Amino acid sequence: MAAKTLTIDGKQISADQGATILDAATDAGITIPTLCHLDGVYDVGACRLCLVEVAGINKLLPACTTRVHEGMVIKTDSERLRKYRRMTLELLFAERNHVCAVCVANGHCELQSLAYSLGMDHVRYDYRFPKWGVDNTHTLFGMDHNRCILCMRCVRVCWHIEGAGTKNVSGRGSGSQIISDLNQPWGTSDTCTRCGKCVMACPTGALFAKGATVSEMERDRTRLEFIVTAREKKQWIA
Amino acid sequence: MSKRIVIDPVTRIEGHAKISIFLDESGQVSDAEFHVVEFRGFEKFCEGRPFSEMPGITPRICGICPVSHLLASARAGDAIMAVDIPPAADKLRRLMNLGQMVQSHALSFFHLSAPDFLLGWDTPPQKRNVFGLIAANTDLARAGIRLRQFGQEIIEILGGRKIHPAWAVPGGVRSPLTEEGRNRIRAWLPEAFATTHTALDLFKQVLDKHRREVQIFGNFPSLFMGLVEPDGTWEHHGGKIRFTDSSGSVIADQLDPLKYDEYIGEAVQSNSYLKSPYYLPLGVPDGMYRVGPLARLNVAEQMGTPKADTEFRLFKRMGHGAVTSSFLYHYARLIEILTSLERIEAYMGDPELSSEYLRADAGINSLRGVGVSEAPRGTLFHDYTVDRQGLLRKVNLIVATGQNNLAMNQTVAQIARHYVRGNEIPEPVLNRIEHGIRCYDPCLSCSTHAVGQMPMLVRLIDAGGRVVREIARG
Ligand code: SF4
Ligand code: SF4
Ligand code: FES
Repeated sequence: MAAKTLTIDGKQISADQGATILDAATDAGITIPTLCHLDGVYDVGACRLCLVEVAGINKLLPACTTRVHEGMVIKTDSERLRKYRRMTLELLFAERNHVCAVCVANGHCELQSLAYSLGMDHVRYDYRFPKWGVDNTHTLFGMDHNRCILCMRCVRVCWHIEGAGTKNVSGRGSGSQIISDLNQPWGTSDTCTRCGKCVMACPTGALFAKGATVSEMERDRTRLEFIVTAREKKQWIA
Repeated sequence: MSKRIVIDPVTRIEGHAKISIFLDESGQVSDAEFHVVEFRGFEKFCEGRPFSEMPGITPRICGICPVSHLLASARAGDAIMAVDIPPAADKLRRLMNLGQMVQSHALSFFHLSAPDFLLGWDTPPQKRNVFGLIAANTDLARAGIRLRQFGQEIIEILGGRKIHPAWAVPGGVRSPLTEEGRNRIRAWLPEAFATTHTALDLFKQVLDKHRREVQIFGNFPSLFMGLVEPDGTWEHHGGKIRFTDSSGSVIADQLDPLKYDEYIGEAVQSNSYLKSPYYLPLGVPDGMYRVGPLARLNVAEQMGTPKADTEFRLFKRMGHGAVTSSFLYHYARLIEILTSLERIEAYMGDPELSSEYLRADAGINSLRGVGVSEAPRGTLFHDYTVDRQGLLRKVNLIVATGQNNLAMNQTVAQIARHYVRGNEIPEPVLNRIEHGIRCYDPCLSCSTHAVGQMPMLVRLIDAGGRVVREIARG
């Protein structure tokens, strides 16, 4: 595969053709904040947290879905980017009901830790306080729509790692919601294999192991990585 | 024409309240009311949440006794799952509750109440506080602060954090006692015992000086309620409910805490968000009962630990039948600290507290669960109704300050009757009224499940309902 050379944050690097800016940066040891990206499944560019500046292009581009080009000059950190990232986070917090202090993911939440690391100290938008419910019908897992950020990681792992296709999205805009099968209680789903991959993938407290209390949801993503690596390296094929 | 007096603010009480004192035609105090004017929204707020989250949510009701809510909530969860929790988990929860007793009682005694009876009623409020106490008796004040820290240390060793530890969960607890934690508690125990004995000696010395207070600070007949073991021994987490009357006779025993609604009624007062529970068979006002340290010692036949039992016998001699003066809540508190320390000491020799088998697992086996625990301030009930999925449909909490509300009214009335003359409430009288309430160590934010602070006011109201005097003390 042909290699491309480019500059990220003043650093000269080379990356495989077809790699994303995020891949290239990660290889070069440069961290770009992400939320919807999950190693092992394809990217959808849903959260807009990974936006970067590319010289010569006016709009900001998502690093997770933009491929590298020869000679690209990229900035992953600037006042402008930080401002946008904070704004994105504030909008996510304002959109649903996040009460970190009593959340199952408190202390282990990607949304929460990004808010800390990007210095989001308040939300400038009016909270919308929508009325979302909790689906506790599954024997093993629960889903609290109040905490869902619609990153669709659960949908992607469900379809593309497990291959069950239980999780889907219905509705539009901020009224979208994650559904099971034909928008039915999760516990009545015929397709769910109870593998728990969606729960492992969720960055927030939206998906949880049933019975979890505050701060108890620590995800073990290495299990997902193990499956993805095994598949990519064809470890299961004799 | 009757008149009403209102005190504001009752400093050093967690939360806030208003006091109305009613005068009759002749200007004599006829009645008093201690009302809390807070919004009560907590029970509604929990509806729709999974019951397993409650041990994380309910400690947020009150920053003063989060542990009590945590434990009652976890117990209510056990009941919904219909499980017996592993024995080690039960012991660990008890250990945490004992730590909570020590820290809360130490705060009440040393920081909040001792300044009144050690520095004197006539000391101005600017000096009649823990700083004044530090100036007057540095060693005692410091030892008191350390005793409170000891209790907090136990909570932190188990729960990880001083405030809001979601460590107890439906079915058990999340982690055992570590060896390091065990050693830290062990090493601190002798100092904690010494402080408690000093405080007991001191209290008994000043008791003589405060004969009058013992006589009129909430000294009236009432029922008493608390948990006891099957043989009548003092209990704090587990056991069954017992009621005794002021003659000391047991009027109901071994009541199932889960069926509290069969023997406790809840009167809702129009001018307060606080519910006033009463003993159902006797109605209001005869069913008025007190909870908390004084009540627990009144219903108990023994403390169950040797040092505390020695004090307990002295305590029992202070009443004919039951010990009816609320001023002696302070004494009861110290005895409870003592038995807590003895019990903590016994646990330090128990290897089971290091067990890793700590959590029972089960689904929703009962659609209703009631969790009861003795909080430092009194018996605490958490009553949850869930749907098949374990989402809360209804939540009812009965807290100590609510249960003591009727008794607190009487206490204020009794003190006012003795001291209030005409339309004036001189400073020392205000201090006494304030202290009368403080005997119960009320936690107002908790009883109304709200956040925020509001000043407190004393109003003197005449027979015609006219406010003749309003005292707002800031
Ligand atoms: S999901 Fe994350 S951000 Fe949302 S309430 Fe839970 S901890 Fe907070
Ligand atoms: S449930 Fe979790 S993983 Fe799925 S979309 Fe919502 S936040 Fe993302
Ligand atoms: S990580 Fe790139 S848009 Fe979410």
